[in-house]
Amino acid sequence: MGQITLEKVTKSFGDVNVIPPLDLQINEGEFVVFVGPSGCGKSTLLRLIAGLEDVTSGAIKIDGTDATNLPPAKRGLAMVFQSYALYPHMSVRKNIAFPLKMAKMDPAEQERRVNYAAKVLNLTDYIDRRPGQLSGGQRQRVAIGRAIVREPSAFLFDEPLSNLDASLRVNMRLEISELHNSLATTMIYVTHDQVEAMTMADKIVVLRAGNIEQVGSPLELYRNPRNTFVAGFIGSPNMNLFSGAAAAEHGAATIGIRPEHMDLSTETGTWKGVVGVAEHLGSDTFLHIHETGLAEMVTVRASGEFAVKHGDTVYLTPQADKLHKFDKDGLKIA
Amino acid sequence: MATKASRSAARIMIAPAVILLLGWMLVPLIMTLWFSFRTYLPLRGGDQGWTGFDNYVRFVSSSSFWPSIMTTLTIVVSVLVITVVLGILLAMLLDQPMWGQGVVRILVIAPFFVMPTVSALVWKNMFMDPTNGLFAHLWRFFGADPISWMSDAAMPSIIMIVSWQWLPFATLILLTAIQSLDGEQLEASEMDGAPLLKRFYYIILPHLGRAITIVILIQTIFLLAVFAEILVTTGGAFGTRTLSYLIFQRVLESQNIGLGSAGGVYAIILANIVAIFLMRIVGKNLDN
Ligand SMILES: Nc1ncnc2c1ncn2[C@@H]1O[C@H](COP(=O)(O)OP(=O)(O)OP(=O)(O)O)[C@@H](O)[C@H]1O
Ligand SMILES: [Mg+2]
Repeated sequence: MGQITLEKVTKSFGDVNVIPPLDLQINEGEFVVFVGPSGCGKSTLLRLIAGLEDVTSGAIKIDGTDATNLPPAKRGLAMVFQSYALYPHMSVRKNIAFPLKMAKMDPAEQERRVNYAAKVLNLTDYIDRRPGQLSGGQRQRVAIGRAIVREPSAFLFDEPLSNLDASLRVNMRLEISELHNSLATTMIYVTHDQVEAMTMADKIVVLRAGNIEQVGSPLELYRNPRNTFVAGFIGSPNMNLFSGAAAAEHGAATIGIRPEHMDLSTETGTWKGVVGVAEHLGSDTFLHIHETGLAEMVTVRASGEFAVKHGDTVYLTPQADKLHKFDKDGLKIA
Repeated sequence: MATKASRSAARIMIAPAVILLLGWMLVPLIMTLWFSFRTYLPLRGGDQGWTGFDNYVRFVSSSSFWPSIMTTLTIVVSVLVITVVLGILLAMLLDQPMWGQGVVRILVIAPFFVMPTVSALVWKNMFMDPTNGLFAHLWRFFGADPISWMSDAAMPSIIMIVSWQWLPFATLILLTAIQSLDGEQLEASEMDGAPLLKRFYYIILPHLGRAITIVILIQTIFLLAVFAEILVTTGGAFGTRTLSYLIFQRVLESQNIGLGSAGGVYAIILANIVAIFLMRIVGKNLDN
């Protein structure tokens, strides 16, 4: 249960074509993350799968059966919304029990499932409160609770953590990952935060303007970006991309090198530059290097102990096997 | 309003408004109380001094008193039910995206801007007239005998006219409430397997609770005092004499200001009983 296939799915809002023909296969038990810049159609794609929007053409199959025209309730999917979408006039218990009540489930079984979900999600102390009396993280857990009691064949998350503060986000990220491990249910997760994508996903789908740019595991995308868009999008800080003479030397239109794949020295190296801002993260330091003639600014990772200060001259040497080459269309040269 | 100075400044500045409003309320109230204890017959000797509770006793012991209370309550309750139910339906309809939405919304609100006297006259003469009214033509078209609305169905006619007047108000308030409903909540409930009617019952209706309460409370205040519609249609005949109409008759037709004032005090008491009753039932919706 939980296999979802999109076949030539398109979506237009009036004249605006948001999703061009798109094929995607999501396997049972996978944690799939849709990632891409704002407005690229991630939410739209998720809502198409959920059935909250009708596809303009194409087919959606869930567990092998055609679900293109099924209403949302019949698809066996559960969704967690960005705004949580809790029912404000119902207690936490009633919120979580709502889908079960709608399914006319036996009250004793409802009770059992709600209590179980509350226990798993640490909601037992708040079970009789209203959503308005909960913190953001607690509301998020209620929304997840309401999704898990239905035992759906797949979960859909639309940027569930974007309203939370940074530390809570890290916690919830872990909780959702753990939930995925224990339930082993398919999860589709939308985010524009590539750290979330890298840390949680089994499979990342990178979208741009409704097109799938690349599908793969986090490390595949990190090691082998198919084009400059994926290269620049995945990895933090972003990959340095240079065009011009430096790229021509390697027989490419654009070359890319990640900040962590350059060697730093104060004496010799391939490229010379001047140190600008240094961002100290403790374990690592990211230096912004200017006046290299390659790009406005080059980011490079230095170990925490590498001692340079603003205005010093440094030399950069790319690790040859970690250099990415792209042709003039931005596609990777093998 | 944080500092002491700004707090006392605020008090001084709102004082004129408070004093004006108090005077506005208190002067007529005290005058009503004053006259209700006096024999005051403008055309038959004028103010003839104190009579104690005579006016109160006479007002209640009149055979028209209890029927007028019943009529008042019947109108209030029927109009409330009709406007709230139709108001919810209309508000949901108007919330749907449709062609010409702006114009339709203005048209729906329009009846509220028509004066009660005018709208009642229009209803009486153009729709409900037993020979020339639109309804009469309609009835005849289907081969039925036209109803003489103002005499045979006086109460339903009045209720219809007043409901038509107040439906826009209810619709408007409920429409703004519906528009503030988070669309994701509806989508979530749809995914949770709630069909249309259950979505209405479990999500939309609770969301509208507060707005419905406000509609009920505000309308009740005005409906208790419905007057113009009765004056220009039935003139209080055929069982449409409300408490306010009875008071009007006592003061102007019988020229007895003392008796009418006693009726006014009863009207205040009735309004308060209704208010307490309503606050008990729906007031909790106003709390968070
Ligand atoms: N109901 C709609 N009518 C018209 N256009 C829409 C509608 N919904 C979305 N769009 C358009 O479709 C495109 C994709 O929107 P979508 O909400 O899927 O973006 P997103 O990737 O989720 O962005 P974000 O990260 O900001 O949430 C946007 O350009 C948006 O303007
Ligand atoms: Mg979105």
